[in-house]
Amino acid sequence: MPAQRWRNLLVQALIAAGLLALLWWLLDATAANMRERGIRSGFDFLLEPAGFGIGESLLPFDSGDSALWALAAGLANTLRVALPAILISTLLGTLVGLGRLSPNLLLRKLCAAYVEALRNVPLLLQLLAWYFIVTDLLPAASKALQLAPHVFLSKSGLSVPWLGGDGGLIDLPQRGAMNISGGAAMTPEYLALLLGLSLYTAAFVAETVRAGIAAVPRGQSEAALALGLTRLQNFRLVLLPQALRGIIPPLTNQHLSLTKNASLAVAIGYPELVSVANTTLNQTGRAAECITLIMAVYLILSLLTAWLSAWLERRNGRWADHS
Amino acid sequence: MTQHRPLRDWLRRNLFSDAFSAATTVALVVAALCWLPDLIDWLLLQAVFRADAVACQAANHAGACWGVVAEKYRIILFGRYPHQEQWRPLLATVLLLVVIVASGRGLLPLRAMLLAWAVTLPVFFILMGGDRFGLQPVGSDQWGGFPLTLLLATLGMLLAFPLAILVALGRFSSLPLLRGLCRSYVELVRGVPLISVLFLASFLFPLLLPPGISIDVLLRVLFGIVLFAAAYLSETIRGGLLAIPAGQHDAAAALGLGRWQAMRWIILPQALRAVVPSMMNSAVSIFKDTSLVTIVSLYELTGSLSLALAGDPEWRSFHLEGYLFIALIYWIGCHAMSRFSRGFEHAAH
Repeated sequence: MPAQRWRNLLVQALIAAGLLALLWWLLDATAANMRERGIRSGFDFLLEPAGFGIGESLLPFDSGDSALWALAAGLANTLRVALPAILISTLLGTLVGLGRLSPNLLLRKLCAAYVEALRNVPLLLQLLAWYFIVTDLLPAASKALQLAPHVFLSKSGLSVPWLGGDGGLIDLPQRGAMNISGGAAMTPEYLALLLGLSLYTAAFVAETVRAGIAAVPRGQSEAALALGLTRLQNFRLVLLPQALRGIIPPLTNQHLSLTKNASLAVAIGYPELVSVANTTLNQTGRAAECITLIMAVYLILSLLTAWLSAWLERRNGRWADHS
Repeated sequence: MTQHRPLRDWLRRNLFSDAFSAATTVALVVAALCWLPDLIDWLLLQAVFRADAVACQAANHAGACWGVVAEKYRIILFGRYPHQEQWRPLLATVLLLVVIVASGRGLLPLRAMLLAWAVTLPVFFILMGGDRFGLQPVGSDQWGGFPLTLLLATLGMLLAFPLAILVALGRFSSLPLLRGLCRSYVELVRGVPLISVLFLASFLFPLLLPPGISIDVLLRVLFGIVLFAAAYLSETIRGGLLAIPAGQHDAAAALGLGRWQAMRWIILPQALRAVVPSMMNSAVSIFKDTSLVTIVSLYELTGSLSLALAGDPEWRSFHLEGYLFIALIYWIGCHAMSRFSRGFEHAAH
């Protein structure tokens, strides 16, 4: 139907024209506003000295370094908390999810209570609460709690043994009169964020895992047990490969939201990407540029994850087909 | 000899079905015996319930200081709203909650429900804002606490819903440009954290408007929440639309309905009904996500707690009790919504 096609083209041209007009109008208004308020625009500020310090950083950073480097340090800090949190939340969430399917009533109820409690309270509130517990309720460094040999927990964070140190293979934290020295120290901000993100996301992972396993028809387990497989073999060889197909896509989504949720660190002062970009924004007044940068970085992370997830799904599909 | 022993059978089935289960039961009971007494001590037995800072300090965190809630509940619940006028947000909140619960439980026929909403929302704003019927004006910068949380969540969801339907339908359009636009919007918003959208609303929207026009920060933030929620909701609705069997489309076409007529009368109603539980999940997320507006300086429930405690040296060491109190409020809200969604699922099957 050529008439229909022409009409469609016309409608699309109108939509495009309308959008461009709206965009032009908005940009024009913005430019006028910025002139009036004396706001400069452009990304040149990225190469100028940042002019602020970053509390903790994986990358070496001081306030003389460029704003771009500050943002890179922020991104590194995002990954520094997101990757371990993804690991912990996946492990813990899997255990809790399996617990919810356990034949043991107490364990089932306990795991259900964990999911209900953590999932229904805003993450921000949980982060603030963890931060308060670490910085206000824990003992001072001189009276640090010893959780295990050479693992100390106090107001100033958690110290654990780590590789390296002077003259040894492993650097052990030692309790001094005033503070803890040696080992790897996690700051209270990092610790609160890691705990909050991991425990919160674990509740969602648990639901994903439970739903994935529950979706495998009962007959599969019954058939496997009838064939003489043990319960563990049944789980490993029959249930898990089928359940993973349903679990991996939503699980990747959980990991992605965890990474996005790491941006709540701005509320407790852990210098991750959004927090650093927010400081930069306040220092330079370049709101549009800083917000665009945050969004671009997260979009790239999302696209990468979507790509990785599609790859995993393909691979997992191949497993299931071959077994 | 087969004897029927219900208790023994129940114990065996639920707590001691095999060695691992038995070990788990023993471990959990031992852990409960170790921890529960301390927990009950802290929560209740040694807790201070009076608004008495000295008694709270004396308890020295061996017992909870619920007195902090007794002392500060008005600021926690209503933020910076003028003290004398706090009956207004209270009344407005109760009204809105009644309408929400009545709608959720299906207590009203559709017409009455729409009418109730059409009356309640303006009444809510008049009660909160005043400046009419002899009510003292209260600027939206002074609104706070639970009424603000409820307002942002309710309006966020209500306004996101029509937008989400439009976007979801747009993704099935025959126009490639429209499809592409809707898809880009959804992917863009779902790819970025909410906080960046809120920053956009709070820092950038004022610059986008022509000079001389300014909108209130509350509206800007609400706009941001709506944009954000609509992207997620539209994915849910799209899922529902995809799940409708092709036979429904064919049957509608056979009846002589056009494509959009079929969509409006046959497909969309079924799709929306099918995704009510997932939409409730989105509502729960939005309700929890309203807590983020505290980062762009609106004092909703989470923000008003800091407002109440951070500046008060007498009470500031009892933040944890305050956090638990508002966590309970959020929990009740979220739990009620998931209960509703589960009830709906049972009713549908």
